[in-house]
Amino acid sequence: MRPNSVVIELTPKFEKAAKQALENTQLRRNMGKATQTIRAKRAAVVGELPDWQALREAGRAIKERTLRHLDHYLLQLEESVKRAGGHVHWARDASEANRIITNIVRVHQAREVIKIKSLTTDEIRLNKALKEAGITATETDLAELIIQLAGEHSSHILVPAIHKNRSEIRELFMRTLGVKELSDNPKDLAAAARAYLRHKFLTTPVAISGANFAIAESGTIGIVESEGNGRMCLTLPKVLISVMGIEKILPTWQDLEVFLQLLPRSSTGERMNPYTSFWTGVTRDDGPQEFHLVLLDNGRSQVLADEIGRQTLNCIRCSACLNICPVYERTGGHAYGSVYPGPIGAILTPQLVGVEHASSLPYASSLCGACYEVCPVKINIPEVLVHLRAKVVREKQDHGGLKGKLDPENLAMQAMSRMFSNRVAYEAAQRMGQKGQWPMVKDGYITSLPGLLGGWTAMRDLQALPQETFRDWWRKRKKQEEKASE
Amino acid sequence: MSEAREAILARIRSALHDVPPSEQPQDSPVKRDYLTQGSTERAQLIERFTDRLVDYKAKVRHVSAEELAAAIAQSCAEHGVKRLVVPSDLPQSWWPSDVEILVDRDFSLSYDELDRSDGVLTACAIGVAQTGTIILDSGEAQGRRAISLVPDYHLCVVRADQIVDLVPEAVSNLRSAVLDHRRPITFISGPSATSDIELNRVEGVHGPRTLEVLIVVS
Repeated sequence: MRPNSVVIELTPKFEKAAKQALENTQLRRNMGKATQTIRAKRAAVVGELPDWQALREAGRAIKERTLRHLDHYLLQLEESVKRAGGHVHWARDASEANRIITNIVRVHQAREVIKIKSLTTDEIRLNKALKEAGITATETDLAELIIQLAGEHSSHILVPAIHKNRSEIRELFMRTLGVKELSDNPKDLAAAARAYLRHKFLTTPVAISGANFAIAESGTIGIVESEGNGRMCLTLPKVLISVMGIEKILPTWQDLEVFLQLLPRSSTGERMNPYTSFWTGVTRDDGPQEFHLVLLDNGRSQVLADEIGRQTLNCIRCSACLNICPVYERTGGHAYGSVYPGPIGAILTPQLVGVEHASSLPYASSLCGACYEVCPVKINIPEVLVHLRAKVVREKQDHGGLKGKLDPENLAMQAMSRMFSNRVAYEAAQRMGQKGQWPMVKDGYITSLPGLLGGWTAMRDLQALPQETFRDWWRKRKKQEEKASE
Repeated sequence: MSEAREAILARIRSALHDVPPSEQPQDSPVKRDYLTQGSTERAQLIERFTDRLVDYKAKVRHVSAEELAAAIAQSCAEHGVKRLVVPSDLPQSWWPSDVEILVDRDFSLSYDELDRSDGVLTACAIGVAQTGTIILDSGEAQGRRAISLVPDYHLCVVRADQIVDLVPEAVSNLRSAVLDHRRPITFISGPSATSDIELNRVEGVHGPRTLEVLIVVS
């Protein structure tokens, strides 16, 4: 069964959603400013490390080792967490995870839980499931709180409210938090959130988090954050529930020496994020006295089965690929219609939900390769994109019915494939092109093609076919050589 | 065992059809040719640590062992600290006079008491020069996690010999605390901060809004 929860609504095609987003000039200004700032910060701190490439390679290799032996490491993690006094639950999909979590909260008769920002809980739409069970989940990360109060979806995996500017946030806080007077200074806005959440931190009995790392050998879970809302949730409540995708595991404590360098520098562009917490099961007299770890599959084992797509599970959710992507920078995150936007979303979402449910996402890229270059765990995103495009085409051919088979693009590509695989046909087509192109050529360029091909020339010119092809030239040269040697 | 557990493990095993059954985890190579040991001189190390702390908006002062108690008292006075939380094993010689000391004896201080205090004084386990990070490992004179979190002002004492150069050195030093003692670990790099609004960094959200570090140099 494919999990559908990753996709926010049955996705409008990316092309359509992107067009709408591009018309929003405020959004483009906000996005442009934000991504430029964070790109510069990242470049500066990455530049400080002489061994950055060695760290990336080690990160990739550790992830590869983990994924190739995922069953082994998951069992080891389960054992370690239990030994340290924690409980381990397994969830095949979103609804199973939500059921497990809701039950734990119910056992403690809690009507309210506090949450640390977690993409995984967004993916399974936990807040909605809790609400249906009569439990209020309060997001405590500032950006998540903004999104929750506004009733919106996140547009960036690290800074979900990146699409909103300070005056929009000021208005929102005045309307929803009952603050009478408030400036739009970010410091004052942060102080308003502090005042609003303080009492909740001190009194709410159950917290829910994701997990950045889970160490198989020790059962230690790690959370990186900035504001201290994470530490509050991990330390003060009596009960802690952490949900993690099965791929978040690392074999050994030592492996953190790599990831604690890769993640903050790639993510927020800091040498180290303000706070990182590690805990191992339950510690007497310190922190929650009941700990539950929920291991979530929700489509990941299917990603694992694809040998090219597998590397997608290397992802540590840093968001460097979003910030560098020329497409994301202009459209923002909402156009992707997925919990995971940007280049990583374009490859992760179709694999989690099946290409047939997100067939436009693998095309949400110009294949420029910048995402691969910045990826701290060396996910070859362009390679996976092309691989998925092939799957989308195959899916249309196999399951698109007659409409799929008679699709003009499909017919054209099939004709092209026959032409390219036959020398005589290929050269005949070249000659036809040379002869037939003249009505469209102006000063050596074709600026407008007819019919469906017009899409290609809408944004760029095409160089006209030369009167002498490489093959012609080669043959001529060979003849001349033969003549000369005679 | 649960049905879900067996199902997930079966899915994973069938997904890994390309991995030979004889392959062991260590057969999948991991080259660790990144830096694991710094080569910086101690004096420079302290300087870099200080520099990076200041860069992330922590306040830093260098003091000698003899000056420490006076420096603590001075810092508390400057920040208007009247009620100071301390872990029960913090040296009494560090306690500032003229300040009400709230000792977290047997972890007895309530969250409300912590919230109503003006600050907390702790030692630390490790300082990392490369990143300006202070690491608490729930060891000596550090107390439980809540006491260094709820108060709005954290005054932290770092001995110069606790400073290492690189992150891998720190991770390696923490190995026993995690694997043998299962102690909670907290990395602190500057005061709590957010960049959620237009990516402008604002210091001070939920964690202590002021972090002050006293480095004890000989």
